[in-house]
Amino acid sequence: MNLMMLLEMASGAMGDRVAVQCDDDRFSHAELYAGAGRIAAFARGTAAEHLAVLDTSSPAVPLALFGSGWAGKPFVPLNYRLTGDELDALIERITPAILVADAERARQLSGRDGLEVVTREDFLAIARGDETPPDPDWQMEPEEIAILLFTSGTTGAPKAAVLRHRHMVSYILGSVEFMAAAEDDAALVSVPPYHVAGMAAVLSSIYAGRRIVQLPNFSADRWLDVARSAGVTNAFVVPTMLQRIVAELEQKGGEPPSTLRALAYGGGKMPLPVIDRAMNLFPPTVDFTNAYGLTETSSTIAVLGPDDHRVAAFNDDPAVKRRLGSAGKPLPGVEVEIRDEDGKPVPAGEPGEIWVRGEQVSGEYLGRGSLLVEGGWFPTHDGGFLDEEGYLYVQGRIDDVIVRGGENLSPGEIEDVLHDHPAVADCAVVGVPDEEWGEAVVAAVVPTGDASVEDLQAWVKQHLRSSRVPERIEFWDELPYNETGKLLRRKVREALGGAA
Amino acid sequence: MELKAGSRLKSAVCDTQVMVIAAPAGDVDLTCGGAPLVDVTADAPGGEIAADHKNGTQIGKRYVNEDATLELLCTKPGEGSLALAGTALTLKEAKALPSSD
Repeated sequence: MNLMMLLEMASGAMGDRVAVQCDDDRFSHAELYAGAGRIAAFARGTAAEHLAVLDTSSPAVPLALFGSGWAGKPFVPLNYRLTGDELDALIERITPAILVADAERARQLSGRDGLEVVTREDFLAIARGDETPPDPDWQMEPEEIAILLFTSGTTGAPKAAVLRHRHMVSYILGSVEFMAAAEDDAALVSVPPYHVAGMAAVLSSIYAGRRIVQLPNFSADRWLDVARSAGVTNAFVVPTMLQRIVAELEQKGGEPPSTLRALAYGGGKMPLPVIDRAMNLFPPTVDFTNAYGLTETSSTIAVLGPDDHRVAAFNDDPAVKRRLGSAGKPLPGVEVEIRDEDGKPVPAGEPGEIWVRGEQVSGEYLGRGSLLVEGGWFPTHDGGFLDEEGYLYVQGRIDDVIVRGGENLSPGEIEDVLHDHPAVADCAVVGVPDEEWGEAVVAAVVPTGDASVEDLQAWVKQHLRSSRVPERIEFWDELPYNETGKLLRRKVREALGGAA
Repeated sequence: MELKAGSRLKSAVCDTQVMVIAAPAGDVDLTCGGAPLVDVTADAPGGEIAADHKNGTQIGKRYVNEDATLELLCTKPGEGSLALAGTALTLKEAKALPSSD
């Protein structure tokens, strides 16, 4: 089992169909296949054990994904916003590696031991070279690692989620019909390659035969422009993007792109007002799909389909209407269970932790082993419940990870940085519901003396990244702790405007 | 032959290649074009496609036996047709899943 099998089938049956386009650059399935082969040959000629991409979307991403599968070296898409220490730490963890980056970054990062840096342009040139690609000799061991995705937990450094070939292949085979796309179908992919949804979008589009239209840097007006000019029929967005697209259409009074037939979303909780406005703004023939999943489960495990959206949105019965906020039903081949704190399944309607099991579920982190328990069940750390009809409702993390704009943020990581500031005696960082981001980062700080919100925000931005900066900081006399000295985040969250 | 989920096989007498999605335990009399399949890396013995096993296979489709204990995904099409103990496998109905990616 290897990801390459998916591309080999696509290349065999629809070689001339465009697989991916980005601005004016295009690769057909056959060209992508041959390109992947040349990348594999190149990678095999180095000492690299990983093939990493530190860049926005471009045809280099699918080439690297498939080329790495062919070469037998895990693909590592890195967050292109990473800089400094954060980036260095991740690079160290994957060295020896090939690293594909834009020209500027390639210049900054070249010369490091064990790191073969290639610019995006050079990488594409290798793929388009004259050499005959190798025979289809990729290894077929299903346990080989296909992709490593770094994801944040509650504390500390990001963990590397392990996705093996068997996880990704079974996910695609279980959820996509081969060549189901019509010749002129096109999928607008604006989610970044370092997000599992970005990986899933590439694999499913290629297997379905749907042309991928890449939008490297999202903005609502650019998204609408590209959707119109490229004749986009399908798109996948995170909730923040849909909120901006809807706002843009409402403000400018424009019509949604006329070719768009299907809009899928996921990566975080969709605020009900946003999906409501979207469904009233787009024609009723547009199919909306909510895809709930995790990095650790090879992306989607449950889906709220287009008809469920329609039935819920245009229905008066409150029990049916609330389904618009649900994650739908598990995919075939996926089982979902709600369990209490002791790990016992709870009846329908009762909340608990969402557990999942299936071929596509990995639940493994590099160097930390598998989190799967007896029977192959994986605890998602998401809270939720199943209703009487089997619809899954996701209520938010039961651990303290903040999910902002589809990205997992570690409150502990931000607290560590705040603690380093001389004006901070103690602090707690939590997520509170936010219509634009799903969750916004908010902090309660016990100051040592004079402290300003702006100073602390600048401090966090300097040491981490802008997405980690608390939107709001309140100064308190003390933080709530229990008798054993454990910080009561729930109370902090409640007080700052979040859920208990 | 004994079949393992994930293994890849090819027809001895035509271009058909399949991947095993599910298989019953023990010895399985699986043929394509009337002849037993071989591992995808082995040399194909060659031969004639049996006249009553000539309905062909389609790429991307899944083939199952009556109780769906055997499921194969066709990864390369060919002129022969798949059968279990002489009985033709049938096309599995595609579940219409909304495109979510």
